[in-house]
Amino acid sequence: MSDALLAIRGLTKAYPGVVANSDVSFDIRPSSVHALLGENGAGKSTLVKTIYGLVRPDAGTMTLAGQPYAPPEPRAARAAGVAMVFQHFSLFDALSVAENIALGMEDPPPLRDLSARIAQVSRDYGLPLDPNRIVGDLSAGERQRVEIIRCLLQSPRLLIMDEPTSVLTPQEVEILFRTLRKLREEGLAILYISHKLEEIRVLCEEATILRGGRVVATCDPQRTSARRMAEMMVGGTLKTPARAAHPGGDTVLDVQGLSAPSPRPHGTALRGVTFSVARGEVLGIGGVAGNGQDELLLALSGEMRTAPGMVRLKGELVGSLRPSARRARGLLCAPEERMGHAAAPDMTLTENAFLSGRLRERLARRGFVNWTAARGFAERIIRDFDVRTPGPSAAARSLSGGNLQKFVIGREILQRPEVLIVNQPTWGVDASAAAAIRQALLDLASQGAAVVVVSQDLDELMEISDRFAALNEGRLSPARPARGLTVEEIGLMLGGAHGMEVAHAH
Amino acid sequence: MDLTSISPVLLLASLMVAATPILLAALGELVVERAGVLNLGVEGMMITGAIAGFATAVATGSALLGFVGAAAGGAALSLLFAVLVLWLRSNQVATGLALTLFGLGLASLAGQPYNGVRAPPMPELDIPLLSGIPVLGPILFRHDPVVYLALALVGGVWWFLHRARAGLVLRAVGENHDAAHALGYKVLRLRLLAIAFGGACAGLGGAYLSLVRVPQWTEGITAGAGWIALAIVVFASWRPLRLLLGAWLFGGISVLQLNLQAANAPIPVEVLSMTPYLVTILVLVLISSGRGRARLAAPGSLGQPFHASR
Repeated sequence: MSDALLAIRGLTKAYPGVVANSDVSFDIRPSSVHALLGENGAGKSTLVKTIYGLVRPDAGTMTLAGQPYAPPEPRAARAAGVAMVFQHFSLFDALSVAENIALGMEDPPPLRDLSARIAQVSRDYGLPLDPNRIVGDLSAGERQRVEIIRCLLQSPRLLIMDEPTSVLTPQEVEILFRTLRKLREEGLAILYISHKLEEIRVLCEEATILRGGRVVATCDPQRTSARRMAEMMVGGTLKTPARAAHPGGDTVLDVQGLSAPSPRPHGTALRGVTFSVARGEVLGIGGVAGNGQDELLLALSGEMRTAPGMVRLKGELVGSLRPSARRARGLLCAPEERMGHAAAPDMTLTENAFLSGRLRERLARRGFVNWTAARGFAERIIRDFDVRTPGPSAAARSLSGGNLQKFVIGREILQRPEVLIVNQPTWGVDASAAAAIRQALLDLASQGAAVVVVSQDLDELMEISDRFAALNEGRLSPARPARGLTVEEIGLMLGGAHGMEVAHAH
Repeated sequence: MDLTSISPVLLLASLMVAATPILLAALGELVVERAGVLNLGVEGMMITGAIAGFATAVATGSALLGFVGAAAGGAALSLLFAVLVLWLRSNQVATGLALTLFGLGLASLAGQPYNGVRAPPMPELDIPLLSGIPVLGPILFRHDPVVYLALALVGGVWWFLHRARAGLVLRAVGENHDAAHALGYKVLRLRLLAIAFGGACAGLGGAYLSLVRVPQWTEGITAGAGWIALAIVVFASWRPLRLLLGAWLFGGISVLQLNLQAANAPIPVEVLSMTPYLVTILVLVLISSGRGRARLAAPGSLGQPFHASR
């Protein structure tokens, strides 16, 4: 095809034990937004890394605007007009916006001229940004703008965006889409990777779907339903979580005026967080990352202690109790970071099961570990939650993200919590595992536990929450019934588009 | 006790000299840590530089050539560290400690034939006119070339880190090596160069002790100066100009305690000799208690091994 900007033919890349890409071929046309879909491990990131020159393919060719294209390193890719916005932003917290942008350029002008050009581009494309600010102080949306402007300053022909909206508020997504549409009109081709199928239906003209490293389908997302695309990704049918209606129970967890400084640098202090959860209820707490989610989890789990009256469990003041004391009373937590916080990566699943379940499952006696019981507990988690692993003696590190997440959540649920608090339960987990985890949380609630789900995925919160509250700069909005909330209302609860007012004032 | 025997002018002049070895070593370590590598082997590299420089100077009869040999010796030892830490991804703390032990042993072995040998003298750099200024002249303008080299290096490192493109890349690598790698920068190559620079600087600092300050070879000549240099880097929150202040502060304390000893101050000699190390501990405690402020200034990837994931 002569009208393709980038033509990919037969790309294959194998790693020891796994074929990441197998005979992948498709075209990206100029002036278009092309979606790349697939579950985790489908080979999307290997493919884009190949295009960006971070990975060299074992076989296959690429053609960029009619010329053979095989970048040995990102520098060559950038020189050829390929730019990339990374999923986990590749920014340097301690450096300023202008310095960060200079680092991504081949031949940057002196910082003062660069600042002027940044201001120019940010005005042209409606991406407000102050070049002198330190990146560590920016919101997620603003950090993404840094990456996008860094790319645009190189006048690319192809822009790769890896999960760009996963950390943005709805208003910030609107700003981003306006910018992307403008870029498309100017002739740019955009390769857009996302899990959010509704966004792809709004934005993209073409979609290529990967499964197991192969192209399994291409479709026009504007004419294909999100459900159909999800099924093509998974290669099967998808179950929507369902739950039985529940009667209102009595309040078990009551948080009143929870205020605490953050124990971390660049953290957010909690300011007067107040909410309560009843038996059988799921409370969803939304918000863009870095608005106090981590601190709230620490304060609820007991890793960070507060005044006793700030957290009450069944009427008892537990704010100053340690995590094990709270666990003994039925308040369990599953933190966001799987590797290193929720699970010890180099320890076996049995050991990880023991670490969390020691008290409630009575896995230790007189200071000695009861290995038989611990192993039994781990086996029960693996069985009940369909964790794909060779067995309980596998190291936690060896599990894929989705499987480890199922293990971590299942481990807490099987301890029959009265209150379960989870942070980002399905982050980086593929669609079928995510559905299973959500269903398990709903089942737990219908058995009479109170569940608090902290997440950045608004669709997820709308799907499983009874009530919804938003965390913004350490403050929690009053909880509202989730049913009937519109995207605009949620966006306003989340504090709108961060930094817009400030940036317009310049 | 006779405090009048302590002349402030001489005190300040010898402060500049006393600060030079730790300033050189700390400056090198600052660059290494800004690149994200924690090399605790400063003491070992310093003493290796001290003997390498001394041996070169004795062999060639030139103290200046001795400093060249010292830089080469320090850098060579640091390359051993670089290979272990960067390519074999060994633990940086353990490897650094091992490097110190290895350096101390190696220097003591190599130094056997040099016990009691005198070093060739270092040329004084009497700057005409300026050295004649009363008070300021003796303090600032009557030193050997290495003192000025150290001061020039402070300015050079500051300029490199904050004005040069390569310095920006170095800071980026130390801040977030994964992001730097994703942008296509050569993390390992840059860290290798930084470590070699750090080794060369530590070697110069060591040679300043054996060729100028003492000036002869004795075992354990560095006497913990490398550890003080490490502490000063933290004290300076990884900034070159504050590093200069830190080095002068510690140089001042060690000169003052020597002077107090000479003036028969009614404090036990042992306590006086202890003061630089006590102050080091005190400063580190004060900084660390500043609720994460020191951690904020620290390079983000400091001490973490880099593994280019495919």
